[in-house]
Amino acid sequence: MKPKHPSQAGTFESSDVIVLIEPLEIGSGRKIEIESIVKLQYGDNLKNVVNEMLDQYVLTDIHIILKDKGALEPVVKARLETAILRSIDRQNQ
Amino acid sequence: MLYIPGNNPAMLQQGGVYGADSLLLDLEDAVALNQKDAARILLRNLMQSIDFYDAEVCVRINHLSTPFGLADLEAIVPLQPHAIRYPKTESAEELMALIQIIERIEDEHNLPHDQMEVHAMIETALGVQNVFSIAGCSPRVGALTIGGQDLTADMNIVYTPDGAGIDFARKRIVMAAKAWKIDVIDTVFPDINDEEGLIKETEYAKKIGFTGKAVINPRQIDVIHEVYTPTDEEIRKAYKIVKEFLVNREAGIGVFAIDGKMIDAPVVARAQYILDLANVTVEI
Amino acid sequence: MKNALGREIPEYIEGIGKLEPFEGAWAKLSKGWMDEPTIPAPNKATLPHQSKLCDSLQEAIEKANPKNGMTITFHHHLRDGDIILVMAMNILHDMGIRDITLAASSLNDCHDPILPFIQDKTITKIWSSGIRGKLGRAISRGAMDLPVIIHSHGGRVRAIHTGRIQPDIAIIAASAADCEGNATGSHGKSAFGSIGYAVIDARYAKHVIVVTDNLVPYPCIPLSITQNFIDTVVVVDSIGDTSKIASGTTRITNSPMDLRIAKLAADAIEYSGYFEQGFSFQVGAGGASLAVAKFIREKMKKQQIKGSFMLGGVTSYCVDMLEEGLFETIFDVQSFDAAVSKSLFNNRRHIEIPAALYANPFNCGCMTNKLDIVVLGALEVDVDFNVNVITGSEGNIRGASGGHSDTASGANLTVVVCPSFRGRIPIIKNSVHTIVTPGESVHVIVTERGICVNPLYKHLEENFRKAGLKVVDIHDLKKEVDGITGISRKLKFTDKIVGLVEYRDGTIIDVIYELEEK
Repeated sequence: MKPKHPSQAGTFESSDVIVLIEPLEIGSGRKIEIESIVKLQYGDNLKNVVNEMLDQYVLTDIHIILKDKGALEPVVKARLETAILRSIDRQNQ
Repeated sequence: MLYIPGNNPAMLQQGGVYGADSLLLDLEDAVALNQKDAARILLRNLMQSIDFYDAEVCVRINHLSTPFGLADLEAIVPLQPHAIRYPKTESAEELMALIQIIERIEDEHNLPHDQMEVHAMIETALGVQNVFSIAGCSPRVGALTIGGQDLTADMNIVYTPDGAGIDFARKRIVMAAKAWKIDVIDTVFPDINDEEGLIKETEYAKKIGFTGKAVINPRQIDVIHEVYTPTDEEIRKAYKIVKEFLVNREAGIGVFAIDGKMIDAPVVARAQYILDLANVTVEI
Repeated sequence: MKNALGREIPEYIEGIGKLEPFEGAWAKLSKGWMDEPTIPAPNKATLPHQSKLCDSLQEAIEKANPKNGMTITFHHHLRDGDIILVMAMNILHDMGIRDITLAASSLNDCHDPILPFIQDKTITKIWSSGIRGKLGRAISRGAMDLPVIIHSHGGRVRAIHTGRIQPDIAIIAASAADCEGNATGSHGKSAFGSIGYAVIDARYAKHVIVVTDNLVPYPCIPLSITQNFIDTVVVVDSIGDTSKIASGTTRITNSPMDLRIAKLAADAIEYSGYFEQGFSFQVGAGGASLAVAKFIREKMKKQQIKGSFMLGGVTSYCVDMLEEGLFETIFDVQSFDAAVSKSLFNNRRHIEIPAALYANPFNCGCMTNKLDIVVLGALEVDVDFNVNVITGSEGNIRGASGGHSDTASGANLTVVVCPSFRGRIPIIKNSVHTIVTPGESVHVIVTERGICVNPLYKHLEENFRKAGLKVVDIHDLKKEVDGITGISRKLKFTDKIVGLVEYRDGTIIDVIYELEEK
């Protein structure tokens, strides 16, 4: 699958995360950037969650940025899913 | 009953700790139109992972006439919260249509039809006039609630702290709920800094028959519990009545007197209700 | 060697000396005496009618004859508004004095500007009850060769009596002083209230400088600091930023989470068995801790309970309770807002006390020993009820020991209040990163998810359950919270020790290692 256009989900509030998505040329691979106030403790976890979610939607060529203010894992997953669905125009299904 | 905006992770993840009897996780008015999808997904995830302890979890979905209502149901019904709350309910037919969709989704997920309740929110003049048939349209209707702000808007009047404009609606909704023996929850008190006003309004709601009150800030919970909790004096009196009743029943006596006042079945029932609220059991 | 809590403590550190491992909260006290002798305070003499006034802080410091390797002390009653410490260190640096031991009763964010003096070895050793800001960050990353020594407020007095800290120069900022050095913090434009922590510095430093921005006609009363210990007096334009020293009154938090925790804590106190006529009480100034006072105040009024004294760091909220007659007396070692200074100055039932009387473990009974109930905060707690108030979740030194372990050791009921997780970081650990207060002196930990009772104090659990309060086993709570937050990755440290945490009796309760991640 390929994102149709850039998208965004989440807020800058504490315990939330902003997810930004940009489509990349086919063959570019995944470019993942993570900023987090708990990067020391949860940086690896965040990266795993992103990759799992991208695998689930079979997204390979994508630029994804997380700005995390200490969101719990189910919150991170929700924001990722929202951003992905928005990028493929499926948010109201 | 504590309102929590459906797109606010910080508040949702702590929803269960404030000691509210029930939580209203809101996908409707508390969520901006362009964030409905985000809130729906967030709520779905958090409802599966967060322990809300003893609180009953209710979800207010968007009206089916919006582009979001059906998607909300598809996402939330499979999680079987305590109740789905339907906003701006105006007729029994409309609520039956909602329940049909809910049951279609439940069938798809092999879920029973008798677990999750439906709560009707009455917040238009038409809803108030139809409230009796709304409350009785299905055994799944477990509670009625009144939405004060929307109702006054619908009536083209200004919402005033004395509640004058919605007084008739309050009492009519309470009466419909009592007729069908279901719960009835009063509207929110919007000024979180006015504790005295909150106490006054809650006392009034209790007096006219509401079984609970909605709050928009956790700080309001203890105040409402305080009003609804029977006083020691009330509990003592109720205990005496129920105990005397049980003793007299053993002896085959139905009606008796305490301190010169006649005690009959309704008085005993009311006393028992107070003891239930206070978690007190009577032994003889 | 391992101490009684299983922490590995070095026996000796070059430049600091022999270390004694922590044996237990009351192990050393139970002897009834202190093995280390008290060193004599310096003897001084002056002729009658000499002037102590200096034209500048520079002149006063020059008169004090500063030397390489000396120890200089400051007090932290000006909190984050203090400008005197940085001013003095700048002067010493410019004079080329090196290898200084800085013994400030606490260090705040406002002291960040001395960081370069650590890097250039002007300052080579630090004693303090707390370190924050950039200073804490840098020290946690190995900025100093010698570990800093974190003491409690009571422990600092003991360390000065025993000569572990030997102040050469003490600089005492005061909001009012006279030409002889009688000084106070209770009035003047920069009023900060009690000056209780500085009293021991005045008594023991070889040279004592009083700095004020408000020279009053002789005599300056109250005699919080007395002239018989003061060498010189300096008048400056300002001793600090008054908006940060103390302003207005302290408000109770609006945060629903803090209020929830406070409500549960107040309920626990009510049913603990210690909430009774004549009880004594101490609460912190922050968030949930202070909010407990709000609920206790309501309960006292409702049940017509009158307390004996309030102790410690004092907020306007305590003053209100004194004025309402809910307590007989306030003993004030540190004041948190402007309203407190006024009360301290005007109300004879509001009494300024020195740190020694407040919390020094080695005397015939400090006031913390007389406490019934204390409510304290925490950065981390663990399943053994140990409390960390010094290092943050990211491993940085960023807090203060303060009176935490002093009051916990003294109180009949020590209540620690904290959220079960902050942001995504769990606060309940298997083992806290740094122990400041030992678990045996903590009775209950209250989070928004219920009350955890230390198994050493079983009787409390029974009281709480009977009252229908939500009691949770701390191990179960930890599991629950880990389930919410996910397990965090362990931080990495080198084997270099950057901090020693001294228990109030002088033993070492824990060490802090250098963070590997810079």
